[in-house]
Amino acid sequence: MPKKLLFLLPLVLVAVLPLFWTNPYVLHMLILCMMWSVLGQSWNLLGGYTGQVSFGHAAFFGIGAYSAALLVNGQGIPPARAWLGLGLGGVTAVLLAVFIGWVCFRLRGPYFALSVMALSEVLHLIAINWKDVTNGAEGVLFIPAFNDKKYYYWIVLALAVTNFVCIKYVMKSKLGLYFLAIREDQDAAESLGINTTVYKLASLLISAFFTGVAGAFYFNYMGFIDPGIVFDTAKISVMMILVTMLGGAATLAGPAVGAVLYILVSEILRAWLGQGHLVFFGVLIIVIILFFPNGIVGTWKDRQARKAKGAAAAGVTTTGGGA
Amino acid sequence: MSPQVAGQIELFLQVVIAGVLLGGLYALIGLGMSLIMGVMRIINLAHGELMMVAMYITFWGFTLWKVDPYVSLLAVLPVMFLLGVAIQKFLISPVMATDTILPENQVLLTVGVGMVLSNLALIFFSANYRSVPVSYASKTIYWDVAVGGQTISLSFNFPFLVAFGIALLLGGALFLFLSRTDTGRMIRATAQDKRAAALMGINTERITVITFGLGAALVGAAGTLLAPVYYLYPQIGHPFTPKAFIITVLGGMGNVAGAVVGGLVLGLAESLGSVYVSLGYKDALGFVIFVLVLIFMPNGLLGKSKA
Amino acid sequence: MKVLEVDGVSRRFGGLMAVADLTFHLNKGEVLGVIGPNGAGKTTVFNLINGYFPPTKGTIKFKGERIDGLKPHTVCHKGIARTFQVVKPLQRLTVEENVMASAFVKTNRTAEARRIAGEWISFTGMDAWKDREARGLPLGMRKRLEMARALATRPEVLLLDENFAGLNHSEVEATIGIVRKIHESGISILIIEHNMKVIMSVSHRLIAISYGEKITEGTPDEVANHPQVIEAYLGAAHV
Repeated sequence: MPKKLLFLLPLVLVAVLPLFWTNPYVLHMLILCMMWSVLGQSWNLLGGYTGQVSFGHAAFFGIGAYSAALLVNGQGIPPARAWLGLGLGGVTAVLLAVFIGWVCFRLRGPYFALSVMALSEVLHLIAINWKDVTNGAEGVLFIPAFNDKKYYYWIVLALAVTNFVCIKYVMKSKLGLYFLAIREDQDAAESLGINTTVYKLASLLISAFFTGVAGAFYFNYMGFIDPGIVFDTAKISVMMILVTMLGGAATLAGPAVGAVLYILVSEILRAWLGQGHLVFFGVLIIVIILFFPNGIVGTWKDRQARKAKGAAAAGVTTTGGGA
Repeated sequence: MSPQVAGQIELFLQVVIAGVLLGGLYALIGLGMSLIMGVMRIINLAHGELMMVAMYITFWGFTLWKVDPYVSLLAVLPVMFLLGVAIQKFLISPVMATDTILPENQVLLTVGVGMVLSNLALIFFSANYRSVPVSYASKTIYWDVAVGGQTISLSFNFPFLVAFGIALLLGGALFLFLSRTDTGRMIRATAQDKRAAALMGINTERITVITFGLGAALVGAAGTLLAPVYYLYPQIGHPFTPKAFIITVLGGMGNVAGAVVGGLVLGLAESLGSVYVSLGYKDALGFVIFVLVLIFMPNGLLGKSKA
Repeated sequence: MKVLEVDGVSRRFGGLMAVADLTFHLNKGEVLGVIGPNGAGKTTVFNLINGYFPPTKGTIKFKGERIDGLKPHTVCHKGIARTFQVVKPLQRLTVEENVMASAFVKTNRTAEARRIAGEWISFTGMDAWKDREARGLPLGMRKRLEMARALATRPEVLLLDENFAGLNHSEVEATIGIVRKIHESGISILIIEHNMKVIMSVSHRLIAISYGEKITEGTPDEVANHPQVIEAYLGAAHV
């Protein structure tokens, strides 16, 4: 019981925050943090836990955003349509994921990663060229439903909590262990009775769903879509990976930690460097991969484990190999 | 033959010529990638950015010291080679050795490298479009052909023609290098079976480093050749990386002849596609081909690696 | 009763005929040993039965039902499990998690899977290693893990691929004990093994394979003394 309280208390604090701290800039930053946490967690489910690295998750983000936009005509976004948009964003992302999974899971490892990226770029081009539906490169512009940021804060908080709880629950279940087995050795997993195609797809669908909902939220919150942003490999797909790697792939806390750091660093850099601030993220990716491949949370966990092993070795007797 | 039909034929041939000339350049871009992927199974998502670096070198060479792009090739090739060597030796090789939860770390690393390169260019050279206005940039060679009683006029863009020629030369040189020299043979051996090659005394580490350098030099050459005809800006390399993949996959990894064929196929597909289908979607065609070939013809159009 | 029937099975890889017109069967409750020199195609036979690739020709039947062409996970669900010659542990997972992964074939509940896993971990004598990460295990334990994992799927037929390779003397004795226990529990076993002492002592029957073809089959003594078998292993001069 007390452990659950440990989570509940900060959650309550976070929830009531906008009642006291109404600075819109701060709220905006926190909203972005939570949205990126969802994006990181979703990518992490497929990439970190199931071992299927996708370089094209922007496809799901973008299609979620556009789906929500399609529901709106006129000038502003009615609140009812906004809610519907969230749901629709998730659903269309899932449908897209079924297609992408059907095509791309025939490939393994880096080729899977590249093929998803290729399809994401195709969607990008469709968004720019199918002017009748998407308004082309000009993007989409509407007035958001709510004036006060705090409503969006609570919506994205609910999304982030749902996403976190869902993934935590999944990873504790049969599904989660199957994902891990697939990551570790797909062929061994097959002969252990795991239908790897089905379970890879399951991981992708869950991952895509939340990414799509996040995309729909993005549209509802910002009120505009720039196809060059929502479908962009560097700004969305790669950053989802960065957020996860920075915090720690295959950890529950990692993507959240990574998201907060990403937003923080982004803002500081943008103010300081202006153009070309992404250079820092490029360097960060290189440094993480070379020196801290398990991210912040992952490295911390490794240190803890090594300390525990050290303590155990000091006091344990050798257990023999024979039976 | 009526003038209309002649006009259609002229347009078609013109598009084909443009496609072939472009294809030669694409072949050069793809050759580097094909070598790298074929020999080292390394996926280099910074390929386009390497091309961009070479283009900026060419640009500054011309702007500051009036060096003609074709002459600056002599400098670009070794510089890009060294840059490739450095990237492989200090960044990629260490990553290949470590085992991590996330596979594809090597690919991600190259994403980081690409980001650093293009954003450094943005910081130092700004986002402004640059050009290398050589005197012959818009020079065209005309060739009138008599077809069925009508005369059709075909034009060849001079810089593209030269680029095509040099691309073929470099491709030929690469082929000879791989088949006739000891280092070339070591590269092919490492491509076929890295462990066996190591067991036979080949320093696979050194070969890997050299190959990446070669790949960088080749795509750098393509950049230099492209400089007279393209506007230059930090992001220019971005669309060329996927193209390099498409060519590599079409031609079969590590297959030099295949990369040339792949380049020509892609050049033609884009040229024909942009005129007869749709300008906006021509890149989409490339991506779709890429995925289809990956799935159905993993060894490329020509079959397994024959370097 | 014939629980596994391999009938006229061939498998070709490009120009190489890895398995050629192979016919044999496994009776319910028996231990059938498969011997043959390296490269004879023994593991290929396992891969064919397991479903990693289909036979180019011929059929494979499990309890009378055709299973050739089915995917490995389907074959596993039907009741055939295997170990891998080159062990394939789920590296970053613990021994317990490894075995739970296969225990989930029979249940959807985590607690139940853990219970089943515990059963088979004890069966194979791995209790002390339960919480160790698979990648930290010594070879002997990794081979045991292969067995525990296969057993947790509750198979009727178990394919053991060189489980004794690389084990020291006491480990070999212990593993023979485990194989005997498996046999006593009613599971039919098909075992590939190079260690002659082991395979002679655990098998009821032997079949010998060379260059993808069956040379002979029979009791261990019959097969060991068969001239073609001796020739395949030691050369014609020794016949």
